[in-house]
Amino acid sequence: MASLKELRNRIASVKATQKITKAMQMVAAAKLRRAQEAAVAARPYAERMESVLANIAASVAGKETAPAMIAGTGRDDVHMLVVFTAERGLAGAFNASIVRKARMDARRLIGEGKNVKLFLVGKKGYDMLKREFEEQIAERMEFRGVRQFSFAEAESVAHKLLGLFDEGAFDVASIYYARFESVISQVPVSQRVIPVDFPEEEGSAPVHYEYEPDEEEILADLLPRNLAVQVFRALLENAASEQGARMTAMDNATRNAGDMIDRLSLSYNRQRQAQITKELIEIISGAEAL
Amino acid sequence: MAESFRFELVTPAALLISEDAEQVVVPGQEGQFTVLRQHAPFITTLKPGIVDVTRPGGETQRFYVRGGFADTTPEGLTVLADVAVPETELNAELIEAHIREAEEEMGAAGEDMHRYAVAQKRVSDLHDVRRWIIPA
Repeated sequence: MASLKELRNRIASVKATQKITKAMQMVAAAKLRRAQEAAVAARPYAERMESVLANIAASVAGKETAPAMIAGTGRDDVHMLVVFTAERGLAGAFNASIVRKARMDARRLIGEGKNVKLFLVGKKGYDMLKREFEEQIAERMEFRGVRQFSFAEAESVAHKLLGLFDEGAFDVASIYYARFESVISQVPVSQRVIPVDFPEEEGSAPVHYEYEPDEEEILADLLPRNLAVQVFRALLENAASEQGARMTAMDNATRNAGDMIDRLSLSYNRQRQAQITKELIEIISGAEAL
Repeated sequence: MAESFRFELVTPAALLISEDAEQVVVPGQEGQFTVLRQHAPFITTLKPGIVDVTRPGGETQRFYVRGGFADTTPEGLTVLADVAVPETELNAELIEAHIREAEEEMGAAGEDMHRYAVAQKRVSDLHDVRRWIIPA
């Protein structure tokens, strides 16, 4: 049985931890709101971009001049998995669930005899994957000091990825991130970005556009931009998911700390009472002996 | 009075404008063009320049855009810019920074003549914008 002093220290330390988790939860809640707003604000651009791109792609599809980013390289031997994770932990299963999905896909692809390369964005993903896939890590980036992702960060990731594609480093690229569904639910998803994966066109009549300069040149400008937009979306969704996951995790931690404090206080009070009783008995039996 | 159409100015970070306009002048890659109602369907990339919006009633508003593209249909015009700044918030430092970026890109192009030419044009377009902000 721990002594009274030990129990007192224990309670004080759990209380201090609880204060920290509570503060982290509140910070995460504030950041979550901002991250969510950013994710919502970025949506119109991505949507317009998609519809314009689908339109142009339909008009070049099947042509021999179609760029490799749409038609692919004709092979699917080398897969690049771009894994987005957070810079920090203490966010529940957030990082682990993204990494798990990427790891499973990587193992499956290797099992099928494909070549797998990894592009890791975020420190946590690197920490978790470096042991198993040391050899496969082609590139990694960290955004330690970044508070709010701007398009510039997305462009720098897209630029690196495109550079690797132009060098012929891979044939197919997918991005891995957690889609933000709600505060309690973040779903790890993967999405193919090279070659571009177009959503099925609905039965709407195609608009016949004029292009200036021609389709190929616009596409040459548009495709890298589209990649940056997809990356940007992944970064923002991930940022919102991270804060959501952290908020939930810290809420649980705060509650657990509360339970622990209750339990510890109970046994502290019991022990103190036992000691008082013991001292009284000693005094009384001492007096009776006289 | 000319009839109005739907105009949207979108950047990756936000939807800046979504309202009716009477006339919009857009800096297309191959020259400025003016969009009125019932324009033929048309897609173009943009060069760095000024988007000039005239609202119904004649009030005008200007934006600096750094590049992107414009999607014109008879129903309306959507400008997707990578950077867009209202004239009132525009300052010379921002343009200077963009000029430096473009010049770095020129330096990084190396042997790639096409890339060099693209960056060079960008620099000269940005200089035009700067002249527009700070009349010599």
